Amino acid sequence: MEAFIRGIGNISPQFTYDNSMFLEDIRTHDATFMKCVEPNYKEYIKPIQMRRMGRILKMGVTAAGICLRDAGIEMLDGIIIGTGLGMMADTEKFLKSMIDNDEKFLTPTSFIQSTHNTIGAYIAVMLKCNKYNYTYVHDNLSFESALLDSMMCLEEEHERNILLGGIDELTDIYYKMTDRVGFWKKQAIGNLKMLEIGDKGSIPGEGSSFFLLTGKEDPNNYAKFSGVNTFYNPESINEVRDDIIKFLETKELTIKDIDLIILGLNGDEEWDFVYRELQNDLFKDNVQSYYKHLCGEYYTSAAFASWLAVNILKRQIIPQAILLNKPEIKLPVKNILIYNHLRNINHSVILLSAC
Amino acid sequence: MHKRVVITGMGIICAIGKNAEEAFISLKQSRSGIGPITILKTKNKDNIPAAEIKLSDAELADLAGVDIKNYHTRTSLLGIIAAKEAFESAGNKCGKPDEILTGIVSSTTVGGMDKTEKHFYDFLSNNKYSQYILTHDCSDSTKKIADCLGIRNFLITVSTACSSSANAIMFGARLIKHGIIERVIVGGTDALSKFTLNGFNSLMILDKQPCRPFDDNRNGLNLGEGAGYLILESEEVALKNKKEILCELTGYANANDAYHQTASSPDGFGQYLAIKQALEKNGLSKEKIDYINAHGTGTDNNDLSEGIAIEKVFAPNIPKVSSTKPFTGHTLAASGAVEAIFSIMSIKHQIIFPNLNFSEKMKELSFKPVEKIITDSEINHVISNSFGFGGNDTSLIFSKY
Repeated sequence: MEAFIRGIGNISPQFTYDNSMFLEDIRTHDATFMKCVEPNYKEYIKPIQMRRMGRILKMGVTAAGICLRDAGIEMLDGIIIGTGLGMMADTEKFLKSMIDNDEKFLTPTSFIQSTHNTIGAYIAVMLKCNKYNYTYVHDNLSFESALLDSMMCLEEEHERNILLGGIDELTDIYYKMTDRVGFWKKQAIGNLKMLEIGDKGSIPGEGSSFFLLTGKEDPNNYAKFSGVNTFYNPESINEVRDDIIKFLETKELTIKDIDLIILGLNGDEEWDFVYRELQNDLFKDNVQSYYKHLCGEYYTSAAFASWLAVNILKRQIIPQAILLNKPEIKLPVKNILIYNHLRNINHSVILLSAC
Repeated sequence: MHKRVVITGMGIICAIGKNAEEAFISLKQSRSGIGPITILKTKNKDNIPAAEIKLSDAELADLAGVDIKNYHTRTSLLGIIAAKEAFESAGNKCGKPDEILTGIVSSTTVGGMDKTEKHFYDFLSNNKYSQYILTHDCSDSTKKIADCLGIRNFLITVSTACSSSANAIMFGARLIKHGIIERVIVGGTDALSKFTLNGFNSLMILDKQPCRPFDDNRNGLNLGEGAGYLILESEEVALKNKKEILCELTGYANANDAYHQTASSPDGFGQYLAIKQALEKNGLSKEKIDYINAHGTGTDNNDLSEGIAIEKVFAPNIPKVSSTKPFTGHTLAASGAVEAIFSIMSIKHQIIFPNLNFSEKMKELSFKPVEKIITDSEINHVISNSFGFGGNDTSLIFSKY
């Protein structure tokens, strides 16, 4: 199973919506959270449509539009979205209004847009796309589930064009609630120092990353997704280690074949030990990097990491800002492994390769 | 990708029964679960009927065999009850994994909303109920079910509004066909919440009377709550382990209406595509379909689009059609699995359940739904339709094995 990447579109806390750029100018965020550097949506969406759209919908539709334009494709055979939280702002809006008004005087717009599959559905309506349309909503495995489905769709029929997206937004209310549970750093340390403080919590982020996938080889393809797997509630780090080795074996690879590891380290000392142990063990001879200081911690951040990997494979440039160790970097970069987990519950690996 | 996918177990909880047997008896006796709201605390309890499960959360926790103190939402409790029944009815032991690579594809539309709407302002101001912030996520019920059953691989949650669990069934089947896993528990769960009740009420599509699908005077839907799960296995594995095979999943398709965020197109194009493509998938000729368990919500819009789609595929020989939503209400994410279970019962017991509350044929359609229970008809192939917001349309075909 493999899926070639023909187009990309990415809105993130970095300046990423212009595909001619690649992290030349790293953005710093001084607050305790990271929000997207957003394009002027008016350039992408008609004003009449925009009026009723929530922020996440604008982020989704625009990143999808950039991706389709990049691929030069107008019609799709499938739209597959992963979103951990879905339409948070609309959900909160309807909920608040229902509670504050004691279940009276409610209007349906925010209820309609609170449905988790709103983004995929909206793209389908815009493109008049009557094809397969799925939304996956499983925490930090949402994007991975959508990726797995996309790869299966292409295995069933190579000729297809599938739009894959990973998207989550950070709302003020969600930030306040999850801050209470202790998920986030209390001190505004700046995103680039995410790993330096060594205390509890991470820095939340958000993003909307889309990929146009096809089963067909083409000189214009960026790279390819070669595999994805997920693990739940491992009993030990050894189990994670064995699962990663087994995953690579199914792709006829060993850890030595991996030219770059992208790790989901997020600065939360309570849970980063899982990465650290693997860094000193399974990954010790690999070039290691991380990405959450660029986009923040959010459920579909693996989509941002995939965008990063796609660019590295296409351009054969590894940005200094993501490197963790300083080994000799051997080009070309052929295989990149993304390993992410959140609080040691859901773990995932994504393998990307050069075409 | 040529593996056959069979069903070896099923479990259900809804307003007409807290297990498959109870639900089957209610269906046979034409006993509806729609009535006044007594469990959900809502200002609307006296003017909007619903199909509630008449058990408190504490009673559901007892039934599920879990400790309510472990932060269970009503959605996860319903899910655990139905999933356990399905898993055990297929001859598996909960919490005792065997050698067969097993996954779970579950679904929900509002996840732990029943707790979020109760404690929303607490979440923002104190730490009394903070643990429930995490149970809001759609994955929470999937994880709790997986923990109860002892599933460690492929935890996946789908959310595509009212077609969610039909899509979970379809994705589970594809995982088996691709040889990625050998067995998968698939379905969905949704508890009734003020959020959905008021949401649908604001759309003005709730009938204040018991719903009347496919009736010319239909006036909206009734909400319900529930959970339904199936055990899908590759035929090979089921036969090797001498499992009783309830029926086979022979066709499935998901298409999109691409017309409007909530309304379906007047010509039912998405629904038509879903039914047609599901038939193409299994290569059955349309004449072989004996019964359609319709989505049939009772709204003006759905029943018209669905009726037209059915006519477009099948006319002039329309199979028998009924909607079982007058029994269970619309159980949202669970409805696809709940109705898949009723479709399987149809095949297993050679019985077609009636479309309750019907009196007058729709002017736009040539057919009437089944009004009285049918027990003397041969049923080999059944289509189950599930259509949702965002034009998300899925049809499944179950066949006698």
